Amino acid sequence: MRHLISPLDFTVEELDTLMDLASDIEAHPEKYAHACAGKKLATLFYEPSTRTRLSHEAAMLNLGGQVLGFSSADSSSAAKGESVADTIRMISCYADICAIRHPKEGAPLVAAMHASIPVINAGDGGHQHPTQTLTDLLTIRSLKGRLSDLTIGLCGDLKFGRTVHSLIHALSRYTGIRFVLISPEELRLPSYVRDDVLKKKGIPYEEVASLDDAMPKLDILYMTRVQKERFFNEEDYVRMKDFYILDNEKMKAAKPDMLVLHPLPRVNEIAVEVDSDPRAAYFRQVQYGVYIRMALILTLLEVKVC
Amino acid sequence: MLNVGELNEGFVLDHIQAGKSMDIYKYLKLGQLDCCVAIIKNARSSKMGKKDIIKVECPIDMLDLDMLGFIDHNITVNIIQDSKIIEKKKLHLPKEIKDVIKCKNPRCITSIEQGLPHIFVLTDKEQEVYRCKYCEEKHKW
Repeated sequence: MRHLISPLDFTVEELDTLMDLASDIEAHPEKYAHACAGKKLATLFYEPSTRTRLSHEAAMLNLGGQVLGFSSADSSSAAKGESVADTIRMISCYADICAIRHPKEGAPLVAAMHASIPVINAGDGGHQHPTQTLTDLLTIRSLKGRLSDLTIGLCGDLKFGRTVHSLIHALSRYTGIRFVLISPEELRLPSYVRDDVLKKKGIPYEEVASLDDAMPKLDILYMTRVQKERFFNEEDYVRMKDFYILDNEKMKAAKPDMLVLHPLPRVNEIAVEVDSDPRAAYFRQVQYGVYIRMALILTLLEVKVC
Repeated sequence: MLNVGELNEGFVLDHIQAGKSMDIYKYLKLGQLDCCVAIIKNARSSKMGKKDIIKVECPIDMLDLDMLGFIDHNITVNIIQDSKIIEKKKLHLPKEIKDVIKCKNPRCITSIEQGLPHIFVLTDKEQEVYRCKYCEEKHKW
């Protein structure tokens, strides 16, 4: 039995197979419409989420399966003090697979250690968000045609932005990748990603504060939201939240085939006017998120579709 | 040199960094042992200038070498039997340690679920970096 806790749980070859499956689902959705009939996905969301929870649920429903779960800790037995380990033992009796989001880092690993069903990490605090990473990889591969030889700008909250950490881990396994890390001083990439991944693997990167200066060199611009819920101090959040705003003026400096990605939701960091730019790929990214989660569910449940 | 009576059976932890013996006493829970423990602080050392030494008179299988390796793998462990050194143990950095140190990250799941074991994994042998298995926070002394 396999889980998805970190984006590195799958080898590059396994990721290729997963993305090939997702692309086949995109091309032939009818083939997969009943692949998970009789199977149930439990969504254990201890933290509010719209996109990730609905994307997992849509993926299972598209496969002909069913879903159950809760969407906040208040409506679960966690409010009564039940541990993650106990909850997952119980859920293992109700469902065939589960997706868990938790505000505390490492909670999905605890779940996987005690589960008898596959566990998908749907985000744990500021730590990892591997299904978003799979979504990002599939989007880049589908729209750029490759996952190598790319200069990727990561912009915004690189400290608490778990999607950024997961994406760096995943892309660091491909050749010719360069990162431009664009953030204010206070929201720079944590040392455990910078030192243990980038420095250790000798991946070229630069840390800059100016988005304008970085724009012309980028093949991908990955924007992130400054997340209010990650700050202990409201004052710090207010100071940081509008540090970067991508607008049409800034887009003029970008390459004609650059892609703008964003894990969403956005707040102010991408002006609405950018949505109509053909390089804005963040809504297409959402659709790829459903395909890759369908592929992931099939893979973890070991369901084969001929 | 101060002379502390010789051991019949037990171990001598030599080449402890000066001033660190009490930390080791605490981590190895030597205070809980019902046996003779001698701590020598700031002993003269040709190699280190000053060093600490701990002598413990107890059965030799009572020493947790993994934990000691984590605290300081440069310590020399002399195993004593019948008042003679029968073995000098070389310490290694353990790949994983359990319930020795606690994760200090307030966002880690271990901060709210008290029953979980605190597990740290060696992620960089050269830099001697241990990270929390759950949240990957680096352990800082």
